[in-house]
This record gives sequence, structure tokens and C-alpha cells, in this order.
Amino acid sequence: MSVANQPAARSSQEHQRLAWDALRTVMDPEIPILSVVDLGIVRYVRGSRDQPLHVGITPTYSGCPATEMIRRAVREALDQLGYQDAVLEEVLSPPWTSDWVTDEGRRKLESFGIAAPARALSSPRHLLHPPVVACPRCGSRATDRVSEFGSTPCKAHYRCTSCLEPFDYFKCI
Amino acid sequence: MSLVTPAEAARDQSLQDARFRYLLRLADTSLVLGQRLGEWVGHAPALEEDLGLANLALDLIGQARLLLTYAGETEGKGRDEDVLAFLRDAPDFANLTLAEQPNGDFAHTIVRQWLLDAWQLEMYEGLLGSADSRLAAIAAKALKETRYHYRFSGGWLVRLGDGTAESQRRVQEALEGLWRFTDELFAADELDEQMAAAGIAPRLAELQPRWSARVDQTLHEARLQRPAEQRFPWHGKRGVHTEHLGHMLAEMQHLQRTYPGAQW
Repeated sequence: MSVANQPAARSSQEHQRLAWDALRTVMDPEIPILSVVDLGIVRYVRGSRDQPLHVGITPTYSGCPATEMIRRAVREALDQLGYQDAVLEEVLSPPWTSDWVTDEGRRKLESFGIAAPARALSSPRHLLHPPVVACPRCGSRATDRVSEFGSTPCKAHYRCTSCLEPFDYFKCI
Repeated sequence: MSLVTPAEAARDQSLQDARFRYLLRLADTSLVLGQRLGEWVGHAPALEEDLGLANLALDLIGQARLLLTYAGETEGKGRDEDVLAFLRDAPDFANLTLAEQPNGDFAHTIVRQWLLDAWQLEMYEGLLGSADSRLAAIAAKALKETRYHYRFSGGWLVRLGDGTAESQRRVQEALEGLWRFTDELFAADELDEQMAAAGIAPRLAELQPRWSARVDQTLHEARLQRPAEQRFPWHGKRGVHTEHLGHMLAEMQHLQRTYPGAQW
């Protein structure tokens, strides 16, 4: 049943809120506890009762293979809500930053065993020096970077030298 | 009503043509380098490096897709990213000659990557101020990724250079073998000049000293010697390539050439 087509008198804000609620149920295919809203890749929802919704999505990494899956999942969520005419827009500027991961997203990452990203410090001066990352399991800061690149483009591979567990670090970019 | 004289129309058209050819230089350098890195998948010395090289390849191919799509729209002949990647012949590719050099051993791959990462760092930073806002947006995105690439390749350069006698010998050898291709990185031709004059691209001569300083700093940290300058007219960006590109494209394009339009 199409929610959007119910009582015709919904305000623009209500339409937009419905869309945001639906987008909170669209999960990242690689980190399935994080929604596209937690990740900060939904940049805006615009539109009103008379005009189609415009939803802006930004890719995390240019080559992230999840981008197209996410686009399809967002499309499907909007379709199910009755917004078949919603327009998906790709936003390139400003580029996505890990600072846009919400506080809730950061908590979810830690509870999933993935260290949350440092606040953006991707300054060229720090090029050869990785940040100190605390272990998401035991909290120790005695950790080593195993590899700059982990199981997905957005994660690096670390190990804790206190509890000896390996873990992923959601990179700061 | 605004009147456009034939001379003005011709000038606009020639700027669009130039922009198209310039976008191909940037796109092809990323595409060819990404394809080369992809050849390592399943063969790298350790699983972590296998993943690392594949991740770099993904970023580079992602950047190439954004740039090729834009190039195709600029050209206005209906060629999309796939047509441009899979149906052009080697002389129509405009990548830097360094990008197409074979992987060699791990040291060669790292040196090639590091030299080009350092170049892309300066290039993308220079493009942030481009009069072309779409190109500036692509550069801003790519720059963040390239910083990670440099940390990976620069980190390995230091580990290999400041490692064992064997690793130092091999990485110095790779440096000597690949250095001659760096002349092309900053040798500006008419197209580079035209793009700089239009405010679309940075002047290569202004990027060169910063690239050189960064490279020297990492070489010092890696206890490696900077090779002597070798002036040699490589012209990959003008479509004149070493024999390696044709072989690489034969493999990369095989499927689309054999089964045109095939999809996953």
C-alpha cells in the first residue's frame, strides 16, 4: 500500500520525514548494521506534495562497489513508499567525509567491532603517519596497523597488541 | 537574442575538443594504472597487499569512470564510459607512459605507484581551483583517496628501501628503470598550456617543484638515491605508447571486442 498516496493533505515536511524514515531502513551491504543515513551518504531530501522528491546521494569512495547496490536499495525503499517518481541525484561536491558518519553510526560501528574513524585529519602533513586507533574490544591504544586497506575500501586492518584480536578500522577520509 | 559569430562558435568548439582530450589524459592514466594493479589480484606477496593493491585499483577505476563519463558528455558523440574504455585503440589512449609499464616485481609496482601517486596528489590539488566545477568536484573526491594511496606506496617504498640489502637493491633498481618516464609528468605541450590558460588545469611547471620536494623527502626516509635526470621524449599522453599498452588493452578489451555489448 502506498503511504505517500494516502491522505492527500500531507505537508512537504511530512513527505520528507517519511522518506528519511524509509532511508533509515536501507542498510549498507558491506556493514549491515549501518544505514545509509548513519553513513551520511544521504545529503538531502527535497520536494513537496506537488513536486517529486529529490534525494541526493554521495558515494563514499569513487570505486566503491557498494554504491550501485545502495542506489538500487534506496530506489526500492522509495518505490515501496509510493514515491516512484522520486529523483535520485548523485552529489559529488563536497566530497563525502567520514566526519558525516553520525554519532549513532559511530556507536553502532564500535558495537560491531569496527573502530570508528578519527575526526578528519587527513592533512597532507600526516601522509606517512597513521592515526592511533583504540581497540574496539578492550579499549587499549596499543594497536598496530596491519594494512592500510582491509576487507572493503572504507576500512583498514589493525590488530590489538593487548588483547591480541585483529579488528577493522573505519578509515578517516 | 545573443549573436554568436562563426569565429566564436569555432573557438567554443575547439575549447570543448581540447577539454575532451585533456579529460582523457587524466582518465586514461587512472584507468591504465588501475588495470595494471588488478593484474596483481591473487598474486601479491601477502593477502594484505593483495587487498591493498586491489583497493587502489578500485579507487583508480572509479576515478576513471567519473572522468570518462564526463569526457564522453563533453565530446557529445554519445560515447559513454564503457565505449571509451573498451572500444578505443592504443593510439587513442592518452595516459602517461609510466602508468602502462608492466608490473615487474613488487618493487617495480610500488615505485611506479609511488611516483604516480605523488603526481596525482599535486595534479588533483591543482585541479581543486579549476574553472571547470565538475572537474574540480571529481578532483576533490579523488584527492582524498590519493592521500591514502600515497601513504600505502610511500610506506612500502620506505620499508623496502630501508629494509634488507636485497629489498634495497631491488627497489633502487626499479627506481633506475622507471625514472626516465617521469620527464613526461611535467613536460607541458600545447594542450596542457591551453587548459592552464583557460583556468581549467594547473600549470605543470608549478606542480613540478612540489612533486620533486615530496619525492626527495620520501627517498631520503627510504635511504634511496634519486636517479640522474634522463630527458627522453615519451609521449603516452599524445597517444604514442610503449609496446606494453597494446598487450594490456588486448586483455582488458577482449570480452567487449569479442561480444560487443555483453553485460554481467
